[in-house]
Amino acid sequence: MSDEIKPDELLDKVDHTPSQGSWMTEAVHIRPSMYCYAAKAESVETLGLPNARSWNPLEADWKLPENWQEIIHNGIKERLEKFRSFKIFMDVCVRCGACADKCHFFLGTGDPKNMPVLRAELLRSVYRNDFTTVGKLLQKIPGGSKLGGARPLTLDVLKEWWYYFFQCTECRRCSVFCPYGIDTAEITIMGRELLNLIGLNIDWIATPVSNCYKTGNHLGIQPHAFKDMMDFFTEDIEEITGIDVAPQFNKKGADILFITPSGDVFADPGTYTCQGYMLLFKYLKDKYDLDVTWSTYASEGGNFGFFTSHETMKRLNAKMYAEAKRLGVKWILGGECGHMWRVINQYMDTMNGPADFLEEPVNPITGTKFENAKSTKMVHICEFTADLIKHGKLELDKSRNADRIMTFHDSCNPARGMGLIDEPRYIIENVCDNFYEMPSNTIREQTFCCGSGAGLNAGENIELRMAGGLPRANAVKYVHEKFGVNTLGTICAIDRAALPALMEYWVPDVEVYGIHELVGNALIMPGEGERETDLRMEPLPGKEAADE
Amino acid sequence: MNQKYMVPLAGVLLLFLLAYAGVEGAGMQWFFGIIVPYVAVIAFIGGFVHRVMGWADSAVPFRIPTTCGQQKSLPWIKHSCIDNPDKASGVFIRMVLEIFLFRSLFRNTKAAFNRNEKNTLTYSWEIFLWLGALAFHYSFLVVIIRHLRFVMDPVPSCLKFLEFFDGIIQLGLPGLFISGAVLLLAALFLLARRVFDAKVSYISLAADYFPLFLIIGIAASGIAMRYFTKVDIIGIKTFTMGLVTFHPVIPDGVGGLFYAHIFMVSALLAYFPVSKLMHMGGIFLSPTRNMANNNRAKRHINPWNYAVDIHTYEQYEDHFREKMIDAGLPVDKKE
Repeated sequence: MSDEIKPDELLDKVDHTPSQGSWMTEAVHIRPSMYCYAAKAESVETLGLPNARSWNPLEADWKLPENWQEIIHNGIKERLEKFRSFKIFMDVCVRCGACADKCHFFLGTGDPKNMPVLRAELLRSVYRNDFTTVGKLLQKIPGGSKLGGARPLTLDVLKEWWYYFFQCTECRRCSVFCPYGIDTAEITIMGRELLNLIGLNIDWIATPVSNCYKTGNHLGIQPHAFKDMMDFFTEDIEEITGIDVAPQFNKKGADILFITPSGDVFADPGTYTCQGYMLLFKYLKDKYDLDVTWSTYASEGGNFGFFTSHETMKRLNAKMYAEAKRLGVKWILGGECGHMWRVINQYMDTMNGPADFLEEPVNPITGTKFENAKSTKMVHICEFTADLIKHGKLELDKSRNADRIMTFHDSCNPARGMGLIDEPRYIIENVCDNFYEMPSNTIREQTFCCGSGAGLNAGENIELRMAGGLPRANAVKYVHEKFGVNTLGTICAIDRAALPALMEYWVPDVEVYGIHELVGNALIMPGEGERETDLRMEPLPGKEAADE
Repeated sequence: MNQKYMVPLAGVLLLFLLAYAGVEGAGMQWFFGIIVPYVAVIAFIGGFVHRVMGWADSAVPFRIPTTCGQQKSLPWIKHSCIDNPDKASGVFIRMVLEIFLFRSLFRNTKAAFNRNEKNTLTYSWEIFLWLGALAFHYSFLVVIIRHLRFVMDPVPSCLKFLEFFDGIIQLGLPGLFISGAVLLLAALFLLARRVFDAKVSYISLAADYFPLFLIIGIAASGIAMRYFTKVDIIGIKTFTMGLVTFHPVIPDGVGGLFYAHIFMVSALLAYFPVSKLMHMGGIFLSPTRNMANNNRAKRHINPWNYAVDIHTYEQYEDHFREKMIDAGLPVDKKE
């Protein structure tokens, strides 16, 4: 990490005033530390996606199919017919500039092509050239194309697409401010779909997709290893609480199938969130005889297919319903994750439904009908836990989280693709005493992305990630300095992977917690021994002396 | 000089001069007054309908609203029924607020980075774009409605009522209509933004300046005729009534300025359907705004949904069976 750009150097570069030149003629410069490595051939092959080969974005030759322009042209044409969103968003932008300074990547890099409007114009300029009457007419006048903002799809333009569509985390913040609701996420989704037609994915997306397809999860954890990891958590929890919380796997006839991102099984601090789930399910089993099963086949909540193409998203997502059907559960419960919930909330039922083999979800403990999930039949764990707490079904000891001075980071997709905003806050209030909101322009529907979403959480693009995360970190720093906040709560697995690095870079004294880790800490398990430590094996507040 | 605005400015001046000289010099009243307006109106209506039908032809495969508030979930959690609608009524209100009050633009903020020991990013409410846009669109609407008096005989009383309020300041003679002045000023404000705000200037195309110059030209020529050159209103009404009753006549005593005005309006009409001005139609169809966030409660159908290859559980178990059995995981086939 020594050659990494220092925070001060990064801040020195932030300048939101674009140069005088024209964006249409400034050639793209693909800069190391700002881009992710190219997709490996074998990962592209797993799903039989086009043009699997080894290539390097820094080399001039990207080893494209000979007729790549034709493939892209036809790809645009097809998508204009299939997606009204795409067609309208290509046509109606007036370039008012309201979105310009709403993007975390623009705020953190100052690169004008990270203004949402320009990111879209990269694609729009080609659309205007190839698909509009005016664009075709203006081509005939020298200099005419430029007046209408049209340009042909050259190799330089294609490279610019690739560079900037993988500098967008599909967070939708710009869409909140657009007077026509133009959603750059939608444009980036189309852009990436087109790039994938000629084999231009990044490896941090392609390999998780391939893993997920074959082994059931992004990290490629095989079934026995998956169980091993959970066994390891079980041992840790037994050490802390004296309770055996061993989970069930692939159990037919269970009440509920639980699916969460595999990242929570794999890496800290997500693992502690995972342990929170395990404690909760054990508690519900012992107290209320609720039978929850995990699956090793559907062991991934996230869906990097969403960052590849609609079709790939569907192919990966299909496992959830298939497994629920095979196991014969009543309904599905989903863990804390961001884009996973955009997919479930806005796509899953449409793509892979109807889920008529499942029951309309009812919480058997409280009797609450989850009316908002009655068709998709998948409930968010924060909806589920909030309902349990509201009905007094969980015994909680807040004092175990007394050293946590919290703020909450709304993850982009639950906030702007779902509206899951107050459920996690209600849980936090019930498991923790100290909670402070970040400034209102940086939370809820105006929340800032972690800078690493939509498949960009790689190591090689660290400058991009730290710059993109600047607005988020800056707001955390504000509450850290004002209220002494030391804990950043979140309900997204990418956040749990990305934010610790971001905090270390910008606000080193703040730790990242999943909400169900806090629940796990606070939950008083039937028959548990006196806990000395939290799930991180750190002494609980008031127990520090005993530790010495 | 910057081509991006010099070319469209020159273009609009050329349009003006073309009509002015064409009428004053070549006596082509019939062309600029009759043929061009008819062609422009046909192009506008035909083009507008064509574009909207084109959008309507495209499928809406997924329900993808941008949610800007709390979802409808548990009954005791306060639901944001307009910003995150779960019903058609909420969507309707959201759309009305969007179309008539530009609600999303109202949220606009301005970010600033302060490079000092604190290094804070700050966000302040930025209302001027919203105010400018609202002033521009509503004054334009009032101006258009006022102009209906030229194509209606007798003039309906609601129009007179509108004119009364538009002229309520009672300044000068003929009385000043607020709408015309506001339209001109708002268009100049939007133009100034494009020229002087570095970010907006960078993203602006000639295609953004052209309609602004055109509208400024239309407003300025209209104001000039009403307050300064004092055109022959009776003659113009005879002319416009002739157009709408399909018995076009060319009146005497109406000069080139009026024809230039009409010509620029025609240019705007014809340009409308092939330009970004179609946002007027597009806003109604934007899927991130006009759909309810209720996809988990009510299944949305994708008309082109197709079957895909998936990696089935059977394939998965075949691949991992031994390892699963060794780990004590349940399997469907014991071999």
